[in-house]
Amino acid sequence: MKKLVNDPKNVVDEAVAGFGAAHADIVRVSLDPVFIVRADAPVAGKVGIVSGGGSGHEPLHGGFVGFGMLDAAVPGAVFTSPTPDPILAATKAVDGGAGVLHIVKNYTGDVLNFETAADLAEADEIEVRTVIVNDDVAVKDSLYTAGRRGVAGTVLVEKIAGAAAARGDDLTAVATVAEKVIGQVRSMGVALTPCVVPHAGEPSFTLADDEIEIGIGIHGEPGRERIKLEPADAIVDRILGPILDDLPYASGDKVLLFVNGMGGTPQVELYIVFRRAAEVLAERGIEVTRTLVGNFTTSLEMQGMSITVLKLDDELTALWDAPVHTAALRWGK
Amino acid sequence: MSVDVAWAQTWIRSSAKVLSEHRAELNTLDREIGDGDHGENMDRGFQAVLPKLDALADAATPGELLKTLAATLISTVGGAAGPLYGTAYLKAAAAVSGIAELDGPAVVALLTAGRDGIVLRGKAESGDKTMVDAWTPAVDAAIEAVAAGASPSLILAAAADAAEAGAVATEPWVARKGRASYLGERAIGHRDPGAQSTALILRCGADAAAQS
Repeated sequence: MKKLVNDPKNVVDEAVAGFGAAHADIVRVSLDPVFIVRADAPVAGKVGIVSGGGSGHEPLHGGFVGFGMLDAAVPGAVFTSPTPDPILAATKAVDGGAGVLHIVKNYTGDVLNFETAADLAEADEIEVRTVIVNDDVAVKDSLYTAGRRGVAGTVLVEKIAGAAAARGDDLTAVATVAEKVIGQVRSMGVALTPCVVPHAGEPSFTLADDEIEIGIGIHGEPGRERIKLEPADAIVDRILGPILDDLPYASGDKVLLFVNGMGGTPQVELYIVFRRAAEVLAERGIEVTRTLVGNFTTSLEMQGMSITVLKLDDELTALWDAPVHTAALRWGK
Repeated sequence: MSVDVAWAQTWIRSSAKVLSEHRAELNTLDREIGDGDHGENMDRGFQAVLPKLDALADAATPGELLKTLAATLISTVGGAAGPLYGTAYLKAAAAVSGIAELDGPAVVALLTAGRDGIVLRGKAESGDKTMVDAWTPAVDAAIEAVAAGASPSLILAAAADAAEAGAVATEPWVARKGRASYLGERAIGHRDPGAQSTALILRCGADAAAQS
């Protein structure tokens, strides 16, 4: 498959260098070890927020570093968790004396590497709290799996926790609000095509021209079931149903509806999805009071999308509306 | 060959060579039930330790080399394999710390500590379709071999045989840990890539001991 890369080994380094050059007003980047921090880090007295994970999901997480959201992002190799060293370095770089929150997607590698980094940071007397995002309802959370995956709902956790830290909440309060978002957010995705990791050069799985994969993760790993392609509305119904039944969301609830592109799906299709998802929510008496549509948690060039629903209350709504200034999200400032 | 620091040098170097040779195969196994990068990540980690081995030419014990390997894997591999193998070698190194030449019980202690480290970090049990399913049969075979009075190199050979059989045995199973667990029954028919890399590594350990 054709890709705009040089040596596949240098994909992350070159992308991070470019990101730093493009957004020098917001971030500064370290290339050894690789991490991205707010240009003004550390912010004295503020809880630092660090997230990270394999590359290939851009703008997650680097695109969310900046005022009102993340203090640092740690990108690993494509689809591979970063190692503890850069996570520790980023944690130190954003410690403003009020402790650091790690926001981790629930993938075995991410959890293990962040856990190791948190142990090392504690040894350096930096207080670290960790929250694990697990919003993907496609995976049954049972003793027999690694638990639900963390997917696009992570963006909402990062925004809202970031706003709580920006308003001056202490580490416990920021962790509590992050846990609250995690408790009230659910997602599920679908893939129309697989994606190709640059150094692998081959798709991580194959789909026939008329097939789609329901319940896809964000690393090109297969999902819940494979079916024939259907009209957009039928696909939306298929993935929105399990989301709404899971929490469950009830009539009278106010929600944030987030339609996320996987990287290769045009905006025009995302809005077709949004239209149907909003219809279904309205039919159930659920009021959409905040929205987000676009490519925010991608899987390289995969065609597909995910739907995320976050149940809002006044506090979460205010934190969502609070000013943010990052490469990928900015308003109110 | 005695199981000493020269053995550890050979074990780690041949592991690096063999993992490099099997990089594509491990990637393919991982692509089938995971995310396709296990060979890539293991190769990166073991290549990174080679220059450090040169600097450790004066080391007196296998434990010193294994400790360096552990730190290197933790800081270069990433994914789940980095912390898991890193912890395995770290615990193995601690179990044989200060011992210049490992006898049978010391070899068993090394393998047991490595397996226990992986279980501690990853919380997987036998039958979950993970690298534990190669490590645990290897440990069991080593315990049996030492009880039968086998030499250190024969203990390592028994462990390698059992790890290979353990890796093959994961093929018909559903996975209960790691990314493959998301696949449910679709993981059936595929060998666990972590169990396979464990089998390759333990075979290198046995071959290194058999060499001279």
